[in-house]
Amino acid sequence: MKYQYYPGCSLEGTALEYNISTQALMKAVGAELSEIDDWTCCGASAAESTSYLLSLALPARNLALAEKMDGLSDILVPCSACYLNLKKVEEKIRKDIDLLEKINAVLEEEELRLHGKLRVRHLLDVVANDIGPDKITDRVKKPFSDLKIAPYYGCQCLRPYAVFDDPEDPRSMEPLIEAIGAKVYPWEMGGKCCGASHMNTKMEVGLELVHAILHSAKGADAIVTVCPMCQMNLEAYQQKISKKYQEDLSITILYLPQLLGLAIGLSEKDLRLDLNLAITKDFRKKLKEM
Amino acid sequence: MNQSAQKENDFAVVSDQLAPIREMVQTCIQCGTCTGSCPNAFAMDCTPRKLWRMVMMGQKDAIFQSKTFGLCSSCYYCTLRCPRGLPLTEAMAALKQIAARENLEPYKKSVRFYKSFVNSVRRHGRVREMEFMTLYFFSMKDPFLPLKFAPLGMKLMSKGKVSVQIPSKGQRRLESLFQKVEELEAKP
Repeated sequence: MKYQYYPGCSLEGTALEYNISTQALMKAVGAELSEIDDWTCCGASAAESTSYLLSLALPARNLALAEKMDGLSDILVPCSACYLNLKKVEEKIRKDIDLLEKINAVLEEEELRLHGKLRVRHLLDVVANDIGPDKITDRVKKPFSDLKIAPYYGCQCLRPYAVFDDPEDPRSMEPLIEAIGAKVYPWEMGGKCCGASHMNTKMEVGLELVHAILHSAKGADAIVTVCPMCQMNLEAYQQKISKKYQEDLSITILYLPQLLGLAIGLSEKDLRLDLNLAITKDFRKKLKEM
Repeated sequence: MNQSAQKENDFAVVSDQLAPIREMVQTCIQCGTCTGSCPNAFAMDCTPRKLWRMVMMGQKDAIFQSKTFGLCSSCYYCTLRCPRGLPLTEAMAALKQIAARENLEPYKKSVRFYKSFVNSVRRHGRVREMEFMTLYFFSMKDPFLPLKFAPLGMKLMSKGKVSVQIPSKGQRRLESLFQKVEELEAKP
Protein backbone atom coordinates (compact mmCIF):
# COMPACT_ATOMS: atom_id res chain seq x y z
CA MET A 1 0.00 0.00 0.00
CA LYS A 2 1.45 3.29 -1.18
CA TYR A 3 -0.09 6.74 -0.96
CA GLN A 4 0.82 10.29 -1.74
CA TYR A 5 0.28 12.28 1.41
CA TYR A 6 -1.36 15.69 1.66
CA PRO A 7 -1.30 16.74 5.34
CA GLY A 8 -2.70 20.28 4.92
CA CYS A 9 -1.96 23.36 7.02
CA SER A 10 -3.82 22.46 10.22
CA LEU A 11 -1.81 19.26 10.55
CA GLU A 12 1.36 21.35 10.78
CA GLY A 13 -0.08 23.48 13.59
CA THR A 14 -3.13 23.00 15.75
CA ALA A 15 -3.66 19.41 14.59
CA LEU A 16 -0.05 18.23 14.76
CA GLU A 17 -1.09 15.14 16.74
CA TYR A 18 -3.40 14.11 13.89
CA ASN A 19 -0.46 14.26 11.49
CA ILE A 20 1.90 12.33 13.75
CA SER A 21 -0.65 9.69 14.74
CA THR A 22 -1.73 9.18 11.12
CA GLN A 23 1.86 8.58 10.07
CA ALA A 24 2.48 6.29 13.06
CA LEU A 25 -0.61 4.19 12.35
CA MET A 26 0.11 3.90 8.64
CA LYS A 27 3.67 2.82 9.35
CA ALA A 28 2.48 0.22 11.86
CA VAL A 29 0.17 -1.39 9.30
CA GLY A 30 2.79 -1.31 6.57
CA ALA A 31 1.43 1.49 4.41
CA GLU A 32 3.91 3.83 2.79
CA LEU A 33 3.28 7.58 2.63
CA SER A 34 5.20 10.08 0.55
CA GLU A 35 4.40 13.70 1.19
CA ILE A 36 3.62 15.78 -1.90
CA ASP A 37 6.60 18.08 -2.56
CA ASP A 38 5.97 21.79 -2.05
CA TRP A 39 2.25 21.43 -1.30
CA THR A 40 0.31 24.59 -0.44
CA CYS A 41 -3.01 25.43 1.24
CA CYS A 42 -6.20 23.93 -0.23
CA GLY A 43 -8.11 27.16 0.42
CA ALA A 44 -10.08 25.74 3.37
CA SER A 45 -13.55 27.28 3.58
CA ALA A 46 -12.08 30.77 3.18
CA ALA A 47 -11.25 30.60 -0.53
CA GLU A 48 -14.76 29.51 -1.46
CA SER A 49 -16.17 32.40 0.53
CA THR A 50 -14.15 34.91 -1.50
CA SER A 51 -13.66 33.52 -5.03
CA TYR A 52 -14.97 30.47 -6.88
CA LEU A 53 -12.00 30.13 -9.22
CA LEU A 54 -9.53 30.51 -6.36
CA SER A 55 -11.36 27.77 -4.45
CA LEU A 56 -10.60 25.39 -7.32
CA ALA A 57 -7.15 26.68 -8.32
CA LEU A 58 -5.64 26.24 -4.85
CA PRO A 59 -6.48 22.54 -4.48
CA ALA A 60 -5.78 21.96 -8.20
CA ARG A 61 -2.20 23.14 -7.70
CA ASN A 62 -1.66 20.32 -5.22
CA LEU A 63 -3.26 17.71 -7.46
CA ALA A 64 -1.01 18.81 -10.32
CA LEU A 65 2.04 18.53 -8.05
CA ALA A 66 0.95 15.04 -7.05
CA GLU A 67 0.65 14.01 -10.70
CA LYS A 68 4.29 15.01 -11.16
CA MET A 69 5.45 12.71 -8.37
CA ASP A 70 6.62 9.17 -9.06
CA GLY A 71 3.95 6.55 -9.53
CA LEU A 72 0.25 7.14 -9.69
CA SER A 73 -0.91 6.21 -6.24
CA ASP A 74 -3.99 7.65 -4.52
CA ILE A 75 -3.73 10.87 -2.54
CA LEU A 76 -4.34 10.33 1.18
CA VAL A 77 -5.91 13.28 3.03
CA PRO A 78 -6.67 13.21 6.77
CA CYS A 79 -8.42 16.63 7.01
CA SER A 80 -12.04 16.56 5.83
CA ALA A 81 -12.01 20.16 4.57
CA CYS A 82 -8.84 19.58 2.53
CA TYR A 83 -10.30 16.27 1.32
CA LEU A 84 -13.47 17.90 0.03
CA ASN A 85 -11.61 20.74 -1.68
CA LEU A 86 -9.31 18.34 -3.50
CA LYS A 87 -12.17 15.91 -4.23
CA LYS A 88 -14.31 18.71 -5.65
CA VAL A 89 -11.68 19.46 -8.29
CA GLU A 90 -11.32 15.75 -9.12
CA GLU A 91 -15.10 15.45 -9.59
CA LYS A 92 -15.70 18.73 -11.41
CA ILE A 93 -12.98 18.47 -14.04
CA ARG A 94 -14.14 15.00 -14.98
CA LYS A 95 -17.40 16.49 -16.21
CA ASP A 96 -16.32 19.94 -17.34
CA ILE A 97 -13.43 20.22 -19.77
CA ASP A 98 -13.80 24.02 -20.07
CA LEU A 99 -13.35 24.36 -16.35
CA LEU A 100 -10.23 22.20 -16.50
CA GLU A 101 -8.81 24.52 -19.18
CA LYS A 102 -9.57 27.57 -17.05
CA ILE A 103 -7.87 25.98 -14.04
CA ASN A 104 -4.89 25.09 -16.19
CA ALA A 105 -4.67 28.70 -17.39
CA VAL A 106 -4.13 29.63 -13.73
CA LEU A 107 -1.73 26.76 -13.05
CA GLU A 108 0.42 27.82 -16.00
CA GLU A 109 1.63 30.63 -13.73
CA GLU A 110 3.18 27.90 -11.58
CA GLU A 111 4.36 25.92 -14.62
CA LEU A 112 1.98 23.14 -13.71
CA ARG A 113 -0.68 21.26 -15.62
CA LEU A 114 -3.53 19.16 -14.26
CA HIS A 115 -4.79 16.08 -16.09
CA GLY A 116 -7.06 14.47 -13.50
CA LYS A 117 -5.23 11.16 -13.21
CA LEU A 118 -5.31 10.69 -9.45
CA ARG A 119 -7.92 9.68 -6.92
CA VAL A 120 -8.36 11.66 -3.71
CA ARG A 121 -9.01 9.47 -0.65
CA HIS A 122 -9.98 10.38 2.90
CA LEU A 123 -7.99 8.78 5.72
CA LEU A 124 -11.16 7.12 7.03
CA ASP A 125 -11.83 5.57 3.61
CA VAL A 126 -8.29 4.18 3.47
CA VAL A 127 -8.31 2.85 7.04
CA ALA A 128 -11.79 1.32 6.72
CA ASN A 129 -11.41 -0.18 3.25
CA ASP A 130 -7.73 -0.58 2.25
CA ILE A 131 -6.39 -1.53 5.66
CA GLY A 132 -9.63 -2.89 7.04
CA PRO A 133 -10.71 -4.02 10.53
CA ASP A 134 -9.05 -7.48 10.29
CA LYS A 135 -5.58 -6.02 9.94
CA ILE A 136 -6.26 -3.88 12.99
CA THR A 137 -7.63 -6.81 15.03
CA ASP A 138 -4.51 -8.87 14.20
CA ARG A 139 -2.34 -6.20 15.76
CA VAL A 140 -4.36 -5.39 18.89
CA LYS A 141 -2.21 -5.49 22.03
CA LYS A 142 -4.48 -3.52 24.37
CA PRO A 143 -8.11 -4.40 23.77
CA PHE A 144 -10.44 -1.54 24.61
CA SER A 145 -12.99 -3.87 26.18
CA ASP A 146 -16.03 -2.23 27.64
CA LEU A 147 -15.12 1.26 26.45
CA LYS A 148 -17.92 3.01 24.61
CA ILE A 149 -16.74 5.06 21.67
CA ALA A 150 -18.95 7.56 19.81
CA PRO A 151 -17.91 7.85 16.15
CA TYR A 152 -18.11 11.43 14.89
CA TYR A 153 -17.77 11.85 11.12
CA GLY A 154 -18.72 15.50 10.68
CA CYS A 155 -19.82 16.74 7.27
CA GLN A 156 -17.27 17.09 4.57
CA CYS A 157 -15.92 13.54 4.38
CA LEU A 158 -19.54 12.41 3.84
CA ARG A 159 -21.20 15.12 1.78
CA PRO A 160 -21.86 16.10 -0.94
CA TYR A 161 -19.88 13.20 -2.49
CA ALA A 162 -20.98 9.82 -1.17
CA VAL A 163 -17.68 8.08 -1.85
CA PHE A 164 -17.18 5.51 0.91
CA ASP A 165 -20.07 5.83 3.35
CA ASP A 166 -23.75 6.61 3.63
CA PRO A 167 -23.96 10.41 3.90
CA GLU A 168 -27.22 10.18 5.89
CA ASP A 169 -26.32 7.27 8.14
CA PRO A 170 -22.55 6.85 8.28
CA ARG A 171 -21.23 3.55 9.67
CA SER A 172 -17.68 3.15 8.32
CA MET A 173 -16.01 3.71 11.71
CA GLU A 174 -18.04 1.04 13.48
CA PRO A 175 -16.13 -2.08 12.35
CA LEU A 176 -12.89 -0.29 13.28
CA ILE A 177 -14.12 0.50 16.78
CA GLU A 178 -15.28 -3.10 17.17
CA ALA A 179 -11.93 -4.32 15.82
CA ILE A 180 -10.17 -3.01 18.93
CA GLY A 181 -12.71 -4.63 21.27
CA ALA A 182 -14.58 -1.41 22.07
CA LYS A 183 -18.30 -0.84 21.84
CA VAL A 184 -19.90 1.60 19.44
CA TYR A 185 -21.83 4.19 21.42
CA PRO A 186 -25.22 4.46 19.72
CA TRP A 187 -26.13 8.04 18.83
CA GLU A 188 -27.61 10.10 16.05
CA MET A 189 -25.02 12.85 15.90
CA GLY A 190 -22.25 11.16 13.89
CA GLY A 191 -22.89 13.08 10.67
CA LYS A 192 -24.21 16.32 12.14
CA CYS A 193 -22.45 19.67 11.76
CA CYS A 194 -20.11 21.14 14.41
CA GLY A 195 -20.51 24.64 13.00
CA ALA A 196 -17.07 24.72 11.36
CA SER A 197 -15.64 28.26 11.55
CA HIS A 198 -18.74 29.71 13.24
CA MET A 199 -16.78 29.35 16.46
CA ASN A 200 -14.62 32.25 15.26
CA THR A 201 -17.16 34.61 13.76
CA LYS A 202 -20.54 33.56 15.21
CA MET A 203 -19.59 31.91 18.46
CA GLU A 204 -23.12 31.70 19.90
CA VAL A 205 -24.26 29.58 16.95
CA GLY A 206 -21.16 27.37 17.12
CA LEU A 207 -21.62 26.79 20.85
CA GLU A 208 -25.23 25.70 20.30
CA LEU A 209 -24.27 23.11 17.67
CA VAL A 210 -21.37 21.71 19.67
CA HIS A 211 -23.53 21.59 22.80
CA ALA A 212 -26.02 19.32 21.01
CA ILE A 213 -23.20 16.96 20.04
CA LEU A 214 -21.51 16.84 23.45
CA HIS A 215 -24.85 16.44 25.20
CA SER A 216 -25.75 13.43 23.03
CA ALA A 217 -22.41 11.82 23.80
CA LYS A 218 -23.05 11.75 27.55
CA GLY A 219 -22.47 8.15 28.59
CA ALA A 220 -19.74 7.50 26.03
CA ASP A 221 -16.10 7.22 27.12
CA ALA A 222 -14.77 9.16 24.15
CA ILE A 223 -15.73 10.75 20.85
CA VAL A 224 -13.54 9.90 17.88
CA THR A 225 -13.04 12.39 15.04
CA VAL A 226 -11.53 12.43 11.55
CA CYS A 227 -11.19 16.19 10.99
CA PRO A 228 -9.08 18.87 12.71
CA MET A 229 -11.91 21.44 12.65
CA CYS A 230 -14.38 19.03 14.28
CA GLN A 231 -11.74 17.97 16.80
CA MET A 232 -10.96 21.57 17.82
CA ASN A 233 -14.63 22.51 18.13
CA LEU A 234 -15.44 19.47 20.23
CA GLU A 235 -12.41 19.65 22.53
CA ALA A 236 -11.62 23.33 23.05
CA TYR A 237 -14.93 24.77 24.26
CA GLN A 238 -16.10 22.10 26.70
CA GLN A 239 -15.68 24.27 29.80
CA LYS A 240 -17.40 27.24 28.23
CA ILE A 241 -20.32 25.12 27.04
CA SER A 242 -20.63 23.24 30.35
CA LYS A 243 -20.85 26.59 32.13
CA LYS A 244 -23.32 28.07 29.67
CA TYR A 245 -25.68 25.10 29.66
CA GLN A 246 -25.06 24.20 33.30
CA GLU A 247 -24.17 20.55 32.86
CA ASP A 248 -20.84 18.75 32.91
CA LEU A 249 -20.03 17.97 29.30
CA SER A 250 -16.36 17.12 29.61
CA ILE A 251 -15.47 14.11 27.51
CA THR A 252 -12.35 12.71 25.86
CA ILE A 253 -11.93 13.62 22.19
CA LEU A 254 -9.45 11.57 20.16
CA TYR A 255 -8.49 11.37 16.52
CA LEU A 256 -9.26 7.98 14.95
CA PRO A 257 -5.58 7.04 14.38
CA GLN A 258 -4.87 7.87 18.03
CA LEU A 259 -7.59 5.48 19.21
CA LEU A 260 -6.53 2.68 16.88
CA GLY A 261 -2.86 3.38 17.56
CA LEU A 262 -3.30 3.00 21.33
CA ALA A 263 -5.03 -0.35 20.84
CA ILE A 264 -2.31 -1.77 18.62
CA GLY A 265 0.33 -0.86 21.17
CA LEU A 266 1.72 2.46 19.99
CA SER A 267 2.72 4.67 22.91
CA GLU A 268 0.98 7.86 24.01
CA LYS A 269 4.17 9.61 23.00
CA ASP A 270 4.10 8.09 19.49
CA LEU A 271 0.56 9.38 19.13
CA ARG A 272 1.18 12.73 20.85
CA LEU A 273 -1.70 12.42 23.28
CA ASP A 274 -0.04 15.24 25.22
CA LEU A 275 -1.26 17.64 22.53
CA ASN A 276 -4.96 16.83 22.89
CA LEU A 277 -7.05 19.42 24.71
CA ALA A 278 -9.68 17.08 26.15
CA ILE A 279 -8.67 13.81 27.78
CA THR A 280 -10.52 13.24 31.04
CA LYS A 281 -8.97 11.85 34.22
CA ASP A 282 -11.44 9.00 34.06
CA PHE A 283 -10.31 8.07 30.57
CA ARG A 284 -6.63 8.21 31.58
CA LYS A 285 -7.39 5.87 34.45
CA LYS A 286 -9.10 3.39 32.14
CA LEU A 287 -6.15 3.58 29.73
CA LYS A 288 -3.75 2.70 32.54
CA GLU A 289 -5.86 -0.22 33.68
CA MET A 290 -5.99 -1.80 30.24
CA MET B 1 -24.31 60.62 1.10
CA ASN B 2 -26.55 59.51 3.91
CA GLN B 3 -26.35 55.96 5.19
CA SER B 4 -29.41 54.54 3.47
CA ALA B 5 -28.39 56.05 0.11
CA GLN B 6 -24.95 54.47 0.58
CA LYS B 7 -26.62 51.12 1.24
CA GLU B 8 -28.80 51.33 -1.84
CA ASN B 9 -25.75 52.14 -3.86
CA ASP B 10 -23.93 49.11 -2.45
CA PHE B 11 -26.75 46.78 -3.34
CA ALA B 12 -27.19 48.24 -6.85
CA VAL B 13 -23.83 46.87 -7.97
CA VAL B 14 -24.72 43.32 -7.01
CA SER B 15 -27.84 43.19 -9.16
CA ASP B 16 -26.34 41.55 -12.25
CA GLN B 17 -24.05 39.43 -10.10
CA LEU B 18 -27.18 37.61 -8.94
CA ALA B 19 -27.92 36.28 -12.44
CA PRO B 20 -25.72 33.16 -12.25
CA ILE B 21 -27.12 32.34 -8.80
CA ARG B 22 -30.66 32.71 -10.11
CA GLU B 23 -29.74 30.14 -12.72
CA MET B 24 -28.48 27.74 -10.03
CA VAL B 25 -31.79 27.78 -8.13
CA GLN B 26 -34.09 28.28 -11.11
CA THR B 27 -36.01 25.03 -10.72
CA CYS B 28 -36.56 25.34 -6.95
CA ILE B 29 -40.04 24.08 -6.05
CA GLN B 30 -40.09 25.78 -2.63
CA CYS B 31 -40.52 22.48 -0.80
CA GLY B 32 -38.45 23.57 2.20
CA THR B 33 -36.29 20.44 2.45
CA CYS B 34 -33.25 22.74 2.62
CA THR B 35 -34.69 24.64 5.58
CA GLY B 36 -35.68 21.45 7.37
CA SER B 37 -32.15 20.06 6.89
CA CYS B 38 -30.17 23.17 7.82
CA PRO B 39 -28.39 22.95 11.20
CA ASN B 40 -28.14 26.74 11.33
CA ALA B 41 -31.73 27.59 10.40
CA PHE B 42 -32.53 28.30 14.05
CA ALA B 43 -30.22 31.31 13.96
CA MET B 44 -31.33 32.69 10.58
CA ASP B 45 -33.67 35.63 10.14
CA CYS B 46 -35.01 34.19 6.90
CA THR B 47 -34.99 30.51 5.99
CA PRO B 48 -32.97 29.05 3.09
CA ARG B 49 -36.20 28.25 1.22
CA LYS B 50 -37.26 31.89 1.43
CA LEU B 51 -33.78 33.05 0.40
CA TRP B 52 -33.98 31.11 -2.89
CA ARG B 53 -37.32 32.75 -3.61
CA MET B 54 -35.76 36.16 -2.95
CA VAL B 55 -32.96 35.30 -5.37
CA MET B 56 -35.54 34.34 -8.03
CA MET B 57 -37.38 37.62 -7.45
CA GLY B 58 -34.15 39.63 -7.55
CA GLN B 59 -34.79 41.13 -4.11
CA LYS B 60 -31.19 42.11 -3.62
CA ASP B 61 -31.73 44.44 -0.66
CA ALA B 62 -33.53 41.78 1.33
CA ILE B 63 -30.95 39.12 0.41
CA PHE B 64 -27.96 41.18 1.42
CA GLN B 65 -29.51 42.51 4.59
CA SER B 66 -30.43 39.04 5.86
CA LYS B 67 -28.00 36.95 7.86
CA THR B 68 -28.93 33.75 6.09
CA PHE B 69 -26.11 32.92 3.67
CA GLY B 70 -23.46 34.10 6.15
CA LEU B 71 -24.70 31.41 8.51
CA CYS B 72 -24.16 28.55 6.06
CA SER B 73 -21.46 26.27 7.50
CA SER B 74 -21.17 24.13 4.33
CA CYS B 75 -22.49 20.89 5.85
CA TYR B 76 -24.04 19.99 2.46
CA TYR B 77 -27.21 18.45 3.92
CA CYS B 78 -29.40 20.68 1.70
CA THR B 79 -27.36 19.84 -1.41
CA LEU B 80 -27.61 16.14 -0.61
CA ARG B 81 -31.35 16.17 0.01
CA CYS B 82 -32.68 18.73 -2.49
CA PRO B 83 -35.22 16.80 -4.58
CA ARG B 84 -34.32 18.95 -7.60
CA GLY B 85 -30.61 18.25 -7.16
CA LEU B 86 -29.73 21.95 -6.93
CA PRO B 87 -26.21 22.99 -5.83
CA LEU B 88 -27.53 24.94 -2.84
CA THR B 89 -24.33 25.01 -0.78
CA GLU B 90 -22.52 26.42 -3.82
CA ALA B 91 -25.25 29.00 -4.23
CA MET B 92 -24.72 30.06 -0.60
CA ALA B 93 -20.99 30.34 -1.32
CA ALA B 94 -21.70 32.42 -4.45
CA LEU B 95 -23.63 34.90 -2.27
CA LYS B 96 -20.70 34.99 0.17
CA GLN B 97 -18.40 35.74 -2.78
CA ILE B 98 -20.50 38.78 -3.73
CA ALA B 99 -20.44 40.01 -0.13
CA ALA B 100 -16.64 39.62 -0.11
CA ARG B 101 -16.14 41.28 -3.49
CA GLU B 102 -18.27 44.27 -2.58
CA ASN B 103 -17.19 44.42 1.09
CA LEU B 104 -20.82 44.57 2.17
CA GLU B 105 -21.19 46.00 5.66
CA PRO B 106 -23.54 43.37 7.21
CA TYR B 107 -20.96 40.64 6.50
CA LYS B 108 -17.94 42.59 7.66
CA LYS B 109 -16.87 40.07 10.30
CA SER B 110 -16.94 36.95 8.12
CA VAL B 111 -15.52 38.75 5.09
CA ARG B 112 -12.55 40.06 7.07
CA PHE B 113 -12.01 36.67 8.65
CA TYR B 114 -11.90 34.90 5.29
CA LYS B 115 -9.80 37.61 3.63
CA SER B 116 -7.26 37.51 6.45
CA PHE B 117 -6.97 33.76 5.94
CA VAL B 118 -6.62 34.01 2.17
CA ASN B 119 -4.05 36.81 2.47
CA SER B 120 -1.91 34.68 4.74
CA VAL B 121 -2.02 31.91 2.11
CA ARG B 122 -1.15 34.39 -0.66
CA ARG B 123 1.95 35.46 1.27
CA HIS B 124 3.23 32.14 2.50
CA GLY B 125 1.55 29.38 0.49
CA ARG B 126 0.39 27.67 3.66
CA VAL B 127 -1.77 29.35 6.24
CA ARG B 128 -0.09 30.57 9.38
CA GLU B 129 -2.81 30.27 11.97
CA MET B 130 -1.53 32.91 14.38
CA GLU B 131 -0.64 35.36 11.62
CA PHE B 132 -4.05 35.10 10.09
CA MET B 133 -5.82 35.61 13.42
CA THR B 134 -3.61 38.68 14.02
CA LEU B 135 -4.52 40.04 10.57
CA TYR B 136 -8.17 39.44 11.41
CA PHE B 137 -7.93 41.26 14.75
CA PHE B 138 -6.22 44.25 13.09
CA SER B 139 -8.83 44.42 10.34
CA MET B 140 -11.70 44.41 12.85
CA LYS B 141 -10.16 47.32 14.81
CA ASP B 142 -11.77 45.98 17.97
CA PRO B 143 -9.34 45.96 20.90
CA PHE B 144 -11.52 43.53 22.86
CA LEU B 145 -11.87 40.90 20.15
CA PRO B 146 -8.48 39.21 20.81
CA LEU B 147 -9.47 38.76 24.45
CA LYS B 148 -12.25 36.38 23.41
CA PHE B 149 -9.66 34.08 21.87
CA ALA B 150 -6.93 34.58 24.47
CA PRO B 151 -7.69 31.51 26.64
CA LEU B 152 -7.59 29.13 23.68
CA GLY B 153 -4.56 30.91 22.20
CA MET B 154 -2.64 30.52 25.45
CA LYS B 155 -3.58 26.85 25.70
CA LEU B 156 -2.41 26.19 22.14
CA MET B 157 0.81 28.14 22.71
CA SER B 158 1.59 26.24 25.89
CA LYS B 159 1.31 23.02 23.87
CA GLY B 160 3.63 24.48 21.24
CA LYS B 161 0.94 24.10 18.57
CA VAL B 162 1.06 27.74 17.55
CA SER B 163 3.58 30.51 18.09
CA VAL B 164 3.41 34.29 17.89
CA GLN B 165 3.62 35.31 14.27
CA ILE B 166 3.97 38.94 13.32
CA PRO B 167 2.32 39.42 9.93
CA SER B 168 4.97 39.60 7.25
CA LYS B 169 4.93 39.95 3.48
CA GLY B 170 6.64 36.56 3.17
CA GLN B 171 7.91 35.45 -0.23
CA ARG B 172 4.57 36.29 -1.87
CA ARG B 173 4.57 32.58 -2.53
CA LEU B 174 1.36 32.36 -4.57
CA GLU B 175 1.24 35.93 -5.87
CA SER B 176 1.17 35.08 -9.59
CA LEU B 177 -1.48 32.39 -9.11
CA PHE B 178 -3.68 34.82 -7.20
CA GLN B 179 -3.16 37.55 -9.82
CA LYS B 180 -4.11 35.23 -12.64
CA VAL B 181 -7.30 34.23 -10.79
CA GLU B 182 -8.17 37.91 -10.35
CA GLU B 183 -7.47 38.64 -13.99
CA LEU B 184 -9.69 35.76 -15.20
CA GLU B 185 -12.50 36.59 -12.78
CA ALA B 186 -12.50 40.25 -13.89
CA LYS B 187 -13.32 39.16 -17.44
CA PRO B 188 -17.05 39.19 -18.17
